[in-house]
Amino acid sequence: MALPSPTRPFPTTVPRPSPARPRVALRDRVLKLAELVTTPLLPTDYLDLIDPLRSGADLRGRIEAVIPETRDAATVVIRPGRGWKGHRPGQYIRIGIDVDGVRQWRAYSLTSDLTRTDGCISVTVKAIPDGKVSNHLVHRTTPGTVIQLDQAAGEFVLPEQRPEKALFLTAGSGITPVMGMLRNHPELRDVVLVHSAPTAEDVVFGTELRALAAAGRIRLVEQHTDTAGMLDAAAIARLVPDLAERSTWACGPVGMLEALEAHWEAAGIADRLYTERFRPTVLVTGEGGTVSFTKSGTTLDADGATPILDAAEDAGVLMPSGCRMGICYGCVLPLREGAVRDLRNGEVTTAAPGDGVLIQTCVSAAAGACDIDH
Amino acid sequence: MTALQKKPENPIAHLSAEDIEIIGKELDTIRQEVRDSLGEEDAKYIRRVIDVQRKLELGSRAALLVSMFPPAWVVGTVGLSVAKILENMEIGHNILHGQWDWMRDPKIHSTTWEWDMASPAEQWKHSHNELHHTYTNVIGKDNDLGYGIMRVDEDQRWHPLYLAQPLWNFLNACFFEYGIAAYDLELGLNLATKKRRANPEFRAAARQVLKKIRNQAGKDYLAHPLLSGPSFVPTLAANFTANVVRNLWSHSVIMCGHFPEGVETFEKTSIEGETRGEWYVRQMLGSANISGSKAMHLMTGNLSHQVEHHLFPDIPSNRYAEIAPRVKDIFDRYGLTYHSAPLYKQVASAWHKVIRLSLPNGWLEETTVKNAPAQIVKLVRMTTGGKKVRRQLQARAA
Repeated sequence: MALPSPTRPFPTTVPRPSPARPRVALRDRVLKLAELVTTPLLPTDYLDLIDPLRSGADLRGRIEAVIPETRDAATVVIRPGRGWKGHRPGQYIRIGIDVDGVRQWRAYSLTSDLTRTDGCISVTVKAIPDGKVSNHLVHRTTPGTVIQLDQAAGEFVLPEQRPEKALFLTAGSGITPVMGMLRNHPELRDVVLVHSAPTAEDVVFGTELRALAAAGRIRLVEQHTDTAGMLDAAAIARLVPDLAERSTWACGPVGMLEALEAHWEAAGIADRLYTERFRPTVLVTGEGGTVSFTKSGTTLDADGATPILDAAEDAGVLMPSGCRMGICYGCVLPLREGAVRDLRNGEVTTAAPGDGVLIQTCVSAAAGACDIDH
Repeated sequence: MTALQKKPENPIAHLSAEDIEIIGKELDTIRQEVRDSLGEEDAKYIRRVIDVQRKLELGSRAALLVSMFPPAWVVGTVGLSVAKILENMEIGHNILHGQWDWMRDPKIHSTTWEWDMASPAEQWKHSHNELHHTYTNVIGKDNDLGYGIMRVDEDQRWHPLYLAQPLWNFLNACFFEYGIAAYDLELGLNLATKKRRANPEFRAAARQVLKKIRNQAGKDYLAHPLLSGPSFVPTLAANFTANVVRNLWSHSVIMCGHFPEGVETFEKTSIEGETRGEWYVRQMLGSANISGSKAMHLMTGNLSHQVEHHLFPDIPSNRYAEIAPRVKDIFDRYGLTYHSAPLYKQVASAWHKVIRLSLPNGWLEETTVKNAPAQIVKLVRMTTGGKKVRRQLQARAA
């Protein structure tokens, strides 16, 4: 994210020409010449054959190792391309990986130790039932696989001014961003971690967390929900009596986070709670829905039997179109978010924010609210 | 050839409307099965072809840097020709059809791909995917029938100008990529009147084509020869040769797809209110396959499976061979002719038709060694005489 850092504020005077400029101009000219030689492709298309991780390439990474953590979770060690700008503990990265030949993008929290000397980063993934990507990463991915990456993102990080007292509330794979913080912030003095998992064996990083507790670095409360049930906010308040004095970071299922937010709100300390959500809001994949077009600003209601192309044209949107029978791909547009149903076979395609899944509007009907980039 | 609807023996007369819909359903089932089974192996396939093509091109161009040495020239030219053919046929054509869009890889996608061809991908997709694939072999709608410059059907009135059509066809084959660019622009039509010439849409498209041609020619006839230094001229000659080889090859393959004898054409009115089943049957009757080895299929971009390609233009080309027997089985069960023959036969058949139709209806068939002098006299009279003479002589022949 391009926030001005304290050491490099925005320039207040006209910048002087920097000595680096002629070199940039020369590089641009060389690039232009190289494009003449490779047209209609770009020089990068050929360079990617040789080194997909080089600087200047689209950001990619190579999976170096997949280390099992529990029966359904694993840490994926990734060597990022030269363009990797680093991350702050608690942030996540979006990974684009081909599963059954189809590029899928998902976000995972970074868990790596920043002091690693090999330059690798890691994410820790818990396979969720029917999770296409998580199961692939945990059970089937092999080292050597090249994946697509985005730069790290997310605001679920500790402030520069570290809290005197911290509380982490996590459940399941919600431990992953917190593990990133615990590994990299040994300066935290007073830490309580309340973590819920079905059983002791299901606790991701269980051994490491218990070691931290034994060494006195954190106070660890494990809640094994298969036998002890779920914790509610009141129970947490009883477990952590000085809760109101602590800055709290919570990560887990949406229901848990909503309950915590309500409790902190009621206690008048909502500003001390930071939450991180993994799952997008569940899509309503019923028949039809509201279709909005980002660029033209049109919003319309489409039923589940009308192709988006027809509905949009009826509403006066200037749409690309072709054969109108699903063969020419002249009408393809990116679905930024939402769900559509292929009218030919009933298949539902969904897109989470940022996915930009390309859909054929002439054979796709809305199956929930849709946001189309056009 | 004459439009199917005008034939004394309509090849689909024995099919009921219900049969046609069942054929449609069966083909839909095949399509769905293939779509459902697409996966990692398919993705690997296209990535491998792209990888091999790019390395072959790099290697060939590297050899051509020293093309003043004849062996380097030969190796480089052969390699570059093959690379250009792969790039246009198995890679470009098929990606631009959206066959690989299911992978959701923005680098291998119909909306982002650009190819080594005079015609910009955008324009080609319109004229090819929308017009040709939707209106396949419909006279007056499908401009692929003779590219608007040839007589492709007995029903088109003969004119002496058509005598030169074998020559046009050969020249079009040599410079096919420019022919395609002109055709995607509908150049003939759009240059015809002042108003059309001034149309800003046409002008923008024409500018786009000129820019593409400038880049393409700049690469093959300037940038790479300059890089070759003392081998400037041999490299230029090699690139020109590779382009012509690629043009001749792709023209031949494409001619084999819809032009061999026996492939049907359709009347404009026959497709009004056409059902999906009827559309499928038109594709079945309007296409012809080329039989041959795996390498041949690859080099034709699997357009050797033209029938399967026209039924399922967005199914990845590597799957056509596998579904071909099932498609042929449908042809057999419903008494339809599945046209398939080796390349040389299909090329000969297509050329035979080009020549036959360059002459007045019936002329070639009626001509024997014995009556040749008389036939030539007739042809000369038809060529030099006016409309009236032609009509009289034609009528007498019929």
